[in-house]
Amino acid sequence: MSSDTGTTIAPEAHKSAENPPVQPSIKLKASLAPMTALELTSFEPKQFSEELAAKVAQAPSFFENLPVVIGLEKYEEPSLDFERLIEICQAHQVKAIAVRGASASLQDVARNHGLGILAKQKERNAAIDTDTPAASEPAPQEPKADEPAKVEIKTETQISKIVHHPIRSGQQVYAADGDLIILASVSAGAEILADGNIHVYGTLRGRALAGVKGNTKARIFCQSMAAELVSVAGQYKISEDIPSSTIGKPCQVYLDEQTLNFQKLEL
Amino acid sequence: MAKIIVITSGKGGVGKTTSSASISTGLALKGHKTVVIDFDVGLRNLDLIMNCERRVVYDFVNVINGEATLNQALIKDKHNENLYILPASQTRDKDALTQDGVEKVLNELSERFDFIICDSPAGIEHGAQMALYFADEAIVVTNPEVSSVRDSDRILGILQSKSRRAENGESVKEHLLLTRYNPIRVEKGEMLSVDDVKEILAIKLLGVIPESQSVLSSSNSGVPVIHDQSTDAGQAYDDAVERLLGAEKPQRFITNEKKGFFKRMFKGAATA
Ligand SMILES: Nc1ncnc2c1ncn2[C@@H]1O[C@H](COP(=O)(O)OP(=O)(O)OP(=O)(O)O)[C@@H](O)[C@H]1O
Ligand SMILES: [Mg+2]
Repeated sequence: MSSDTGTTIAPEAHKSAENPPVQPSIKLKASLAPMTALELTSFEPKQFSEELAAKVAQAPSFFENLPVVIGLEKYEEPSLDFERLIEICQAHQVKAIAVRGASASLQDVARNHGLGILAKQKERNAAIDTDTPAASEPAPQEPKADEPAKVEIKTETQISKIVHHPIRSGQQVYAADGDLIILASVSAGAEILADGNIHVYGTLRGRALAGVKGNTKARIFCQSMAAELVSVAGQYKISEDIPSSTIGKPCQVYLDEQTLNFQKLEL
Repeated sequence: MAKIIVITSGKGGVGKTTSSASISTGLALKGHKTVVIDFDVGLRNLDLIMNCERRVVYDFVNVINGEATLNQALIKDKHNENLYILPASQTRDKDALTQDGVEKVLNELSERFDFIICDSPAGIEHGAQMALYFADEAIVVTNPEVSSVRDSDRILGILQSKSRRAENGESVKEHLLLTRYNPIRVEKGEMLSVDDVKEILAIKLLGVIPESQSVLSSSNSGVPVIHDQSTDAGQAYDDAVERLLGAEKPQRFITNEKKGFFKRMFKGAATA
């Protein structure tokens, strides 16, 4: 995810590190990797878990094994159940690695839970607020009193939506503004939609609709074609009209002058 | 803390109750304290298959409503002291199962048992959702035909989105139990093969239970078929229970030849 090269040990770690006696096997380099911060204003395990789940659901690939910093600048309670916090993050494949801006007493507890300690975020402009076109709504800067938005995501670098599990009958998955990539099969009775392209690295048995906002350049790719329906920018074909030569084969579907084309992917 | 396992399918009549009876019995026979709950409120029949229908005084709904204690409602199995049955009510409907009520009962059972087996009603509505909501693992019972596979797929989607684990961002462990499998009909192309079903559902195979006359006779006599280890279905359920407990066992009863082979083996052993 980060564009960083080499060993990434933050300068803070440097101070306490001892010089290796013989052949150095590590090299210390200052590194500036963009980090995602989960900024907490309060911590209630169930709510936190639900909100984190919702964030992860928006961009599962972005979060996979993502190291995050727990931002505590706005957290005012005297205590925090770090064990639960780390556990819930882990359950969502998010790795809490450090706290930032914690009070002295919380820093001690965090340290005991194996978390690194980072200094307070200096100024707002030091935060990396990168919103890619894929992030349809920017994260709110201030949680409003009536809103339960306790988990704020500061960095979002996600363009495509990647799904790692099968899409089952009765389920629907939609990638707004981007591509949808499914690393599993799509069952009959399931529906997948994207504003961009659709890739299915499994068997496509359900319905796939690419370019749903009218992008005629969108395409559908699948490892094995067995779709109930495919559509690009509203032009669709149902299973019985799909050329039999492509059934069960790797295939792409694209629009050429108002007609849907099916092409076997054979290299 | 007990492990909560739902036995579910979407489609009706595929063998959920038969499997609940044999799997819970199998776990108990292997020394695990097990309770099997009939979630099929209104259509009681787990107690028939387990031959305890004449001993039902209070039921699951009575416990939820506080009209009886768990101890009053739990029925001890005649064959095995590790096994208890919590029967369903015949006189209520499925709306009597509230999420809070079910949770309360499961929490209480959880302190006393190693395994809680939930026999789900058919369908994907309230009753089925209550049976699967608190599950840690799910055994999806499927027959080798298209409509059953489709319904199983649907239930898998619900497990992934509407169970408590899913809501907490965790996953429910999924097992496929293919029942009423008839290798001869598979060979003739009248039924889907194990591989067909595995490919469509893409979940781990817990076992294949052959279509067997022994299932009918055992449910008529009220003794779950797993008790009779001379039968193919009884052996297949035993294998499935072992796998559920973590053992690696090769699949049997999948092909016609193999069945013949095992029959010969068995005959040889019996006459030796
Ligand atoms: N392996 C098998 N071989 C032969 N018959 C079987 C087998 N498994 C189940 N059956 C029969 O299929 C019928 C339905 O089984 P069962 O009641 O277990 O299904 P169910 O899924 O619980 O049904 P429901 O959806 O109504 O609750 C019964 O008559 C049972 O004896
Ligand atoms: Mg049943």
